[in-house]
Amino acid sequence: MTATQADREAAPGTSAPEVALEARAFSFSYGPRQTLFDISIRMQARSVTAIIGPSGCGKSTFLRSVNRMNDLIPGAGYQGEIRVAGMSVFDPSTDLVTLRRQVGMVFQRPNPFPKTIFDNVAYGPRLNALVPRREIPEVVEQCLRQAALWDEVKDRLDQPATGLSGGQQQRLCIARALGNRPEVLLMDEPCSALDPIATQKIEELIFELKQQYTIVIVTHNMQQAARVSNMTGFFDAGRLIEFDATTQIFTAPKHERTEAYITGRFG
Amino acid sequence: MSQEGHRHFHDELSQVKVRLLTMSGEAEAAVQVAIEALLERDADKARQVIAGDSVIDAMEVEIEEKCLNLLALQQPMAKDLRLLVSAIKISNDLERVGDHAVNIAQSAERIMQSRPITPEPEIVEMARVAREMLSDVLEAFVRGDSASAREVCLRDDKVDALNRSVFRILLTHMMEDPHSIGAAMGLLLVSRNLERIGDLATNIGEDVVFLVEGKSIKHHAEHFGNQ
Repeated sequence: MTATQADREAAPGTSAPEVALEARAFSFSYGPRQTLFDISIRMQARSVTAIIGPSGCGKSTFLRSVNRMNDLIPGAGYQGEIRVAGMSVFDPSTDLVTLRRQVGMVFQRPNPFPKTIFDNVAYGPRLNALVPRREIPEVVEQCLRQAALWDEVKDRLDQPATGLSGGQQQRLCIARALGNRPEVLLMDEPCSALDPIATQKIEELIFELKQQYTIVIVTHNMQQAARVSNMTGFFDAGRLIEFDATTQIFTAPKHERTEAYITGRFG
Repeated sequence: MSQEGHRHFHDELSQVKVRLLTMSGEAEAAVQVAIEALLERDADKARQVIAGDSVIDAMEVEIEEKCLNLLALQQPMAKDLRLLVSAIKISNDLERVGDHAVNIAQSAERIMQSRPITPEPEIVEMARVAREMLSDVLEAFVRGDSASAREVCLRDDKVDALNRSVFRILLTHMMEDPHSIGAAMGLLLVSRNLERIGDLATNIGEDVVFLVEGKSIKHHAEHFGNQ
């Protein structure tokens, strides 16, 4: 267990701002094309940060950099640093498996494994041997409860996850991510494929989960960003233009580009 | 939202501004005519102001409804949000200005029935400053000019000072000649109403600063904020 996790359990709700995710002068390029420029941002533990910006602004690239999902893209290069719970993401000594266990990811389209509901959630804890085998059912129940899905699936844990509705599948993917006991949960447009009711459930879930996890959500839906997040960062053309309290960003942003974007006067 | 939808929304926002400007024109005119009724002892003008108030009231309802609809349907953010919230407050303030104009017209009617009394030049001056404040602050609103809105707020001190002078002068008259008490009381109420109109113009000025700069200067919050 990392020091941060220990702190988290020992002293929930301590007032000292603890930084869970930090980028320092981070730049990223795909070959000759630079997509992120000098991003510096600090996200406090147990908070929700929304990242907004027009398509192609670099918000997803930033998100994917946090758990190094861009590594396999040919010609990918970076400068600067990203730290998760004090661990340097790009440091050669950083174990990628450990990193991805600490940084959970939820994608735009729900992507459950073609396995049972139970096995989807048990997958991480089994693979990473996080708990003794006999405690796995307990962990699965806990994660499904945290993802507000338990009551809907407890009687059919042995059925295929693909039989669930879209919204349920997305919550299952969240439960699966929680199974690894992550520090940070990255969500890339988690509700864009969901109907308003399923969306509302995910939003409520985000509200619950921030008691324990640090959440970063990329969204095109500004009302959603406004509803769920504590802090909002506005990306444009690969740069972090403004990062401030969500209430500030949506009532009186300081930067003209932010104002233009959120009021629909962009371009 | 589509660009098309946004253009439509921005047109609607411009319409809200135009309606507020029209409403403020009505409110300013009501104050002007009420003062004329007083100075010219013209009962027709007084009745005109009292009857015309329903037009201003209806405009308030209309603007408020329009703003509520846009809030609900467009979920505006940032300066669009501040514009709609300010518009609701400004229309409410202008409606109050209309009410004060009615009060002045009613005082004028009562003063006409008492023996003639010369309204103090201070009252004429107050009416002039208050109306200018209103017209300048609405102009600042439409242009998004917070510097000019702040300047309008400062002018309220002048109206307050005139109100205090009027009070002292009328008090002296009443002490010298008890027969003037009825008319003097009427003028005192007129002065009080004009002072309130200055306050409402100041409120609008504060709303304009909030709209343009995104920060509140109400109740001297600005000074506290700087400490």
